[in-house]
Amino acid sequence: MVPPWMERSDFVTRWAIRIIMIVLAALMLFPFAYVLAVSFSNLQDVVSGKLVIFPSHPTFAAYIWVLQSSGVVQGFGVSLLRVLLGTGIDMVMTTLMAYALCRRGVPGTKFFLWMVLLTMLLSPSLITSYLVVRQLHLIDTIWALILPTAIAPFNLIVLRQFFMNIPLELIESAKLDGASDLRILWSIVVPLSKASLAAIALFYAVGHWNSFFDAIMYINDPQLFPLSVILRQVVIQGSLPQDIAMATEAQPPDITIQMAVVVITTVPILLLYPFLQKYFTRGVLTGSIKG
Amino acid sequence: MAEKLTTSAQVQVGAGIANLPGRLSGKKQALSAGVPSPRRMLLRIIWRERWVYLMLVPGVIYFLIFYYVPLLGNVAAFQDFSPFLGFFRSPWVGFSNFVSLVSDPDVIAAIKNTLIISVLQIVFAFPAGIILALLLNEIVSMRFKRIMQSILYLPHFLGWVIIISIWQQIFGGDGFLNHLITGMGGKPLDLLTNPNFFKPMILLQVIWKDSGWSTIMFLAAITGIDFSLYEAAVTDGAGRWRRLWHITLPGIRGIIILLLILRLGNVLNVGFEQVYLQQAGLSAAATQVIDTFVYNNGIINGEWGVATAAGLVKALIGVILIYTANRIAKKVGEEGLF
Repeated sequence: MVPPWMERSDFVTRWAIRIIMIVLAALMLFPFAYVLAVSFSNLQDVVSGKLVIFPSHPTFAAYIWVLQSSGVVQGFGVSLLRVLLGTGIDMVMTTLMAYALCRRGVPGTKFFLWMVLLTMLLSPSLITSYLVVRQLHLIDTIWALILPTAIAPFNLIVLRQFFMNIPLELIESAKLDGASDLRILWSIVVPLSKASLAAIALFYAVGHWNSFFDAIMYINDPQLFPLSVILRQVVIQGSLPQDIAMATEAQPPDITIQMAVVVITTVPILLLYPFLQKYFTRGVLTGSIKG
Repeated sequence: MAEKLTTSAQVQVGAGIANLPGRLSGKKQALSAGVPSPRRMLLRIIWRERWVYLMLVPGVIYFLIFYYVPLLGNVAAFQDFSPFLGFFRSPWVGFSNFVSLVSDPDVIAAIKNTLIISVLQIVFAFPAGIILALLLNEIVSMRFKRIMQSILYLPHFLGWVIIISIWQQIFGGDGFLNHLITGMGGKPLDLLTNPNFFKPMILLQVIWKDSGWSTIMFLAAITGIDFSLYEAAVTDGAGRWRRLWHITLPGIRGIIILLLILRLGNVLNVGFEQVYLQQAGLSAAATQVIDTFVYNNGIINGEWGVATAAGLVKALIGVILIYTANRIAKKVGEEGLF
């Protein structure tokens, strides 16, 4: 719906805004287009140093090279494992606690709620977290990437707020019918909160995929490096993946290999983006309005 | 926020205790023909809700291990801590770690860099989101607006490693921009290797990545403004700018102040990953921030005590800052955070 007063904006202003917006959109999208173009370029394109958005002879050589080399595929696997395992554990832990904290009439929930809220103010420092993970012997295991972030306090609070909106009678009557809390959670609360749960699962999944620093701190074993760490090695530190398959084939230009790795790391997020945008926007707003 | 949550929890807990026993102990009441003592009542409720407590267990253990135990770990700030000796056997050194912090020129540089980057972000990146939101709000076509939002939100979802990789390809020595400049006969720029450009580049990245996303809050607040205000203003002959100045901006003042409080509370936090990833090859004097100092000195160089002390001081200042900002906001008549 367009409010009537908005139509009155004059011709010049309207076009000025449109032009500004189109320039902004170009500034946002151009870097991606450029990276994509470079990843498909061949040697001539790179050597000529021309600004190509459309490579003269698009080639998959860089991608083929990357997929045959060791690090990237393995890193992709680690990241995928981390996303699946991590998001699963995050969701179970967060949902269970959010449900417990939303139950009215249970003595003590207020205390535990405070325990959570306090962590949003006083988060532990890098060093002490590291020492705990080390003490638990999680260093160089995938669990170091999963357990320390199993519940994001913010997500927990948002989810609890959502659960609070479910009519109390629904839960109470199920209790009177003899349903256990686990049963109520699974058959009543979860189906009613699908959209919120999806939003939070996406939050967690993207967080796991992008997460980089915990891997730098907790993982020394190259076999366990997630894709984000590999990307940093290849692009920012400039150490290219080693070809394990064949040394005979000519190596594509470094820059195309690097950009191919950027694209491979970005694509999964782009695939999720339509859902992300839909649910994240909603999630952020629920959090801000109700929190 | 906390206040609202707890008062509602209180009310519910109270109501629960008040109306549960009747239903719960209806049968038993007939047997014992008396009202059970409050303590037995409470125990009965706890027993009835035992599954709820069981569901709390994993989460509570998680918060204890990964939030509260590390907080206790801050005692290392008062020790000459060594991970091999642990918290119990490391020698106590009083405040000497804090003393060595204050006398360390690297710390001064780190604090200075952190504050400069934060101030740059508050002065430039924060208003960028507001301006962008106001611009988006002026778009008449809903379809165009939605497309623009999709484009502007996108970089928010990419991790810093990806963003900086792309950034290097655009602004690096052999990147797009330099090809463009040399192609036109100019001299290539050293944007990523010159320490003077480090902070502006950090700022630009933040603006590029997150201004779009930060519009969400402002746009939501704008939608909440009463339409009739605009209609009345138009009737009174107020132009676009006057409506913006007298209706839209006052309408979102609350959320602006709220977000500003949060930002001020985080003034000592400047995108750790973002800075860390771009430090290579540049001097610490230009690039070190407090968090990277803690990491580089603690985990890399093994000066655990000093690094923990730095982290502790930083956390305490953060709490004081957010509390002060909140008080100031309340004083000038705005709703605070808590």
